Amino acid sequence: MNEIALFEPERYELSAAPLYQFDLTLELNRRRFFEVVGCGLAVLLLVESDEAQESGFGRRGFRGGQRPMQIGAWLHVAEDDAVTVFTGKAEVGQNIRTSLAQAVAEELRTPVQKVRMLMADTERTPFDMGTFGSRSTPDMGRQLARVGAAAREALLDLAAEHFAIAAADRGRLQAADGKITHAGTAIGYGQLTKGQQLVKSVAAELALVPADKWAVAGMSVSKVDGREFVTGRHKYASDISRPGMLYGKVFRPAAFEATLESLDLGDAQAVEGVVAFRDGDFVGLAAPDELTAERALEAIHATWKTKPQPSSEELFAYLRDNTSQGGGGGGGRFGGRNVGSIEDGLAAADHQLKQTYTVAYIAHAPLEPRAAVAEWADGRLTVWTGTQRPFGVRGELAQAFGLAEDRVRVIVPDTGSGYGGKHSGEMAVEAARIARAAGKPVKLVWTREEEFTWAYFRPAGVIDVASGVRKDGTLIAWEFTNYNSGGSSINSPYEVPNQRIAFRPTKSPLRQGSYRALAATANTFARETHIDELAGAVGMDPLEFRRANLKDDRLRAVMEAAADAFGWGARKDEAGHGRGIAIGTEKGSYVATCAEVRANGNGALQVVRVAAAFECGAVVNPLHLKNQVEGAIVMGLGGALHEEIKFADGRISNPAFSGYRVPRFRDVPPIEVVLVNRQDLPSAGAGETPIIAIAPAIGNAIFAATGTRLRSLPLVPKGLG
Amino acid sequence: MPNSNSNSNVTELNVNGESRRLDANGQRTLLSVLRDDLELTGTKYGCGEGQCGACTVLLDGVPTRACLTSLEEVGARKVTTIEGIESNGKLHPVQEAFLEADALQCGYCTSGMIVAGVALLRTNPMPSEAEIVHAMNGNLCRCGTYRRILAAIQLAAERLRSPTP
Repeated sequence: MNEIALFEPERYELSAAPLYQFDLTLELNRRRFFEVVGCGLAVLLLVESDEAQESGFGRRGFRGGQRPMQIGAWLHVAEDDAVTVFTGKAEVGQNIRTSLAQAVAEELRTPVQKVRMLMADTERTPFDMGTFGSRSTPDMGRQLARVGAAAREALLDLAAEHFAIAAADRGRLQAADGKITHAGTAIGYGQLTKGQQLVKSVAAELALVPADKWAVAGMSVSKVDGREFVTGRHKYASDISRPGMLYGKVFRPAAFEATLESLDLGDAQAVEGVVAFRDGDFVGLAAPDELTAERALEAIHATWKTKPQPSSEELFAYLRDNTSQGGGGGGGRFGGRNVGSIEDGLAAADHQLKQTYTVAYIAHAPLEPRAAVAEWADGRLTVWTGTQRPFGVRGELAQAFGLAEDRVRVIVPDTGSGYGGKHSGEMAVEAARIARAAGKPVKLVWTREEEFTWAYFRPAGVIDVASGVRKDGTLIAWEFTNYNSGGSSINSPYEVPNQRIAFRPTKSPLRQGSYRALAATANTFARETHIDELAGAVGMDPLEFRRANLKDDRLRAVMEAAADAFGWGARKDEAGHGRGIAIGTEKGSYVATCAEVRANGNGALQVVRVAAAFECGAVVNPLHLKNQVEGAIVMGLGGALHEEIKFADGRISNPAFSGYRVPRFRDVPPIEVVLVNRQDLPSAGAGETPIIAIAPAIGNAIFAATGTRLRSLPLVPKGLG
Repeated sequence: MPNSNSNSNVTELNVNGESRRLDANGQRTLLSVLRDDLELTGTKYGCGEGQCGACTVLLDGVPTRACLTSLEEVGARKVTTIEGIESNGKLHPVQEAFLEADALQCGYCTSGMIVAGVALLRTNPMPSEAEIVHAMNGNLCRCGTYRRILAAIQLAAERLRSPTP
């Protein structure tokens, strides 16, 4: 796969939006809307296109000189008090269903249990670019708070009519707990909307409840539909069943970029109940059950023409040798920076250091593999699938089958995790192709081996760092070049007068794409390891060295909080133990992580404990935020210590959990998380950044424990032992 | 030539305290039959090689990987799935503890974790942390909620020892 993959790292956010728009102001749509949801009050949030674009809603062309408006979100208050909020965001385990419900409940002044979130259904919810980039909380959270506030104001207007109150006396009405009270008499929200089909739209910025006055937002509300999950009742995409549904399989190429030379489907087609077919280069089948489908797949005979493919043994040389044009130090979408003179800075330094760091390809390995159920009816296609980009997948389906987008519906049940790995819709397209050929609904669930082979990976990368420092510990030169892995967090948060920072895209031997925190993990690993090496070169404590070169107040605050919680300077390490610290910032949030490791001398390594401090502005749900930070650290532990995709001859060599080691109970140390709650700052997303500092913290701790400096992720297979 | 109809079929399975009628090839996995024939989709496919525990069910109380168990291997043994852990609409203390400790994110591993946890507490009502880690190490949570799952199982163990009326 040497051509540039469809979903390259850090570029997917530029995807153009489709023109589709659900416009409730049109009478027809209005009637259809109320037919679906029942009578009551609907409140639409109109967002200007520039805001829409910034907040992930895509753009529309300017028409007639007007600034185009489009619907960002809508909300419905039903006659029975139920509140339904419609948003295109997808729940993948980050608990956004709960925190967005909290944002609405806060402003609408109704119990959070009354708020139902209808999410990620392209026929029911407004367009959304996708659930990625830590944008759900800062953008959608704020928009839904505004929609909640607008609904509350509309209900207060209705209540003023109901109680026959003059406009001047509207202030005497109290909205609380899903009711409006006047002079001791209460009326429920639903009652106010009885028999009505009211549509209110709101475009103006409404004053929102400040974070220090929050009563519902800011609280540790439990997962709103948690009971569905602990009882096994929740239906993931892979659990959906349709009448007459068959089970699909895809006949995969023998190697990447292999082409079919010959194909014999006769034996497969002879299996009772099996439909096997070739459609261009695609070979698929459907069967009445999984076992029959597997047996039919084994009965397909084919020969493949393969071509030479790079292997993981030569990966890093390959990346250096295949640098493409673009990137560089000019900033922009690739990041990068060019200030002062690296040459002058290095010349003036007391110590110079040049080192190279590498990171392997790793897999997201979501526990729910890619899955889709596809159903054709009357020229329309409906697909249930787990994806972070429901509208993007709808576009892929429309394109694949030459359909108008309004003939395709994508429904995303809350998904068995994604971590940036479920942005693309190949499983949906495959299921739909098989369903079309079989003439029946088809479920396709990728096997774990398919998931490890035919999904995309976090990019591998090579990072060169050259630096200069004065003997008093002042950084004066910083040259940082990243090959392939990406530009996130590439700029150094430390103060350095001479910097040359660049991202160099290269051809990638494997299909690569988004991953939780993107390249911030690779760049933070290289930077924070190198900083530790520099601290050693001038004989300073790693924390002291960072203090001496860091001005960013928010980053300093988490660094001090983590160091305090960990007891950085408080006690001496036992023999064989070492401690490390690393810090970083990405997507508007800040993290510092400290780790203690034990190396027993024969190569075995144990992470003994971790303490992390995290700041993402005002905290919306402390319980779920802590859970996210802990989870990111655990996931980061895998990439730090063990996870590595190996490949040769166009095949993945370790496409199974038995050959690709992810963290298990035994690997996970106690983790202390300190949340720095900045109620004076807007809430930022939190699902990604906490992952970025654990690997260098562990690597630095290993150095402290053993004197061995490890510069490659994963650390352990190539390091100790 | 492969033909699934050449294998003998199984017509009865004891699941969650009920005898269920079915007509399924005995070579099929228990996982597929539970999910696709009996609509018990709480048991999940995660890897197909017994490495992740998402498909954990109980066979006569013993935690078992449904993805590696054929239907005919089950025989007369009693199958318990996540759907059979709740009783009369009341959550099992392990299920309650998972909610209380927020021991899940995406929830895909949760069924297998809870079934494994229930089985552990039946044989060892007071497990140490090391014993829980040992018993549960075959169950993967990619969201990384391990510490919370440990806490949930400890909490459930306490509740089971001194149940509140």
